[in-house]
Amino acid sequence: MSQDTGGPDPSFEERLKVARSKQGLDAPPKRPLNDQGELGGSAWGIGARVGVELVAALVVAVAIGYGLDHVFHTTPILTVVFVPLGGAAGIMNVWRLFAPKKSDR
Amino acid sequence: MAAEGSNSIDALGQFQLHPALGAIGGSVNFTQSNLMMVIASVAILAFLYLGMKPRAMVPGRLQAAAEMGYETIMSMCVETIGGHEGKKYFPFVFTLFFFILFGNLMGVFPLFFTFTSHVMVTLALSLTVFILVTVVGIKEHGLHWFTYFVPQGIPKALAPLMVTIEVISYLSRIISLSVRLFANMMAGHVMLEVFGSFIVMLGGLGLLGYFPAALSLGVNTLLIGFELLVATLQAYVFAILTCIYLHDAVHLH
Repeated sequence: MSQDTGGPDPSFEERLKVARSKQGLDAPPKRPLNDQGELGGSAWGIGARVGVELVAALVVAVAIGYGLDHVFHTTPILTVVFVPLGGAAGIMNVWRLFAPKKSDR
Repeated sequence: MAAEGSNSIDALGQFQLHPALGAIGGSVNFTQSNLMMVIASVAILAFLYLGMKPRAMVPGRLQAAAEMGYETIMSMCVETIGGHEGKKYFPFVFTLFFFILFGNLMGVFPLFFTFTSHVMVTLALSLTVFILVTVVGIKEHGLHWFTYFVPQGIPKALAPLMVTIEVISYLSRIISLSVRLFANMMAGHVMLEVFGSFIVMLGGLGLLGYFPAALSLGVNTLLIGFELLVATLQAYVFAILTCIYLHDAVHLH
């Protein structure tokens, strides 16, 4: 029973914490940061990002290839060369998203 | 089925541009999208001015919101770009974030137009970021900046291939930055329009349609909440990606 005199203090802190989070005094400032991580960590967000990165690189590569073909009159060749390069660039973009962070960053 | 034409869902009509401000707007092609941009800018200025006017020790709701916006972006800049340089680019990132945020959020209200749902607007924004990042990189490092495209520790023979891939990857930022924002905003509004049309069309069916119509109304209510989340998140993502790109430009590799 003598332990109980020491007990109320932490339990009071605990109850205060519960009451505060219940009233929304503590929880809201913390939750959005933890839930979303750096770039909206939900599966949906990550999926959308990966898709956009892949397609964006490919679009740029096709545009460059097509444009250069137009300039040099070599119609299919440069587009064909640039499409795999664009795919590689897209995969590199995705790799950058998930790559383990370098120590200096 | 006979009434197919009149009953079809026009989900994309909401994105059409119309001249605003009557004859004057029509003669200079001032559309409702431009009008919304002006309104957004004025709203941001009013929000910050009115929010910071009391200068209270214990902030009210508006002041707390303004301070929170300032602190969020400031810490984002300092943490992502890094210390002194981060503070230098804070005004740009802050402006960008609030412009996009207000554009996204105002679109949720009826009769308002979401200017961020046009790819031309987001493309202009991402091009601004892209040009700024490139200029900053060249200004900070001079010609040395071009080594950004040469990954460290690769064999010489692979260099041309890797440089091409890196340049494509660098250019793809314009597309990915703009398309992410535009696609998210447009998709949300198309969904709202589709389910909104469901309510009207099913409600017109009579007794049989009331239940699915009510269901669509529920979905639309949820979508509005989801849209608020997406609007804030996409503005945040745009701002933090700008910070990451600025970091790359300031600190090579």
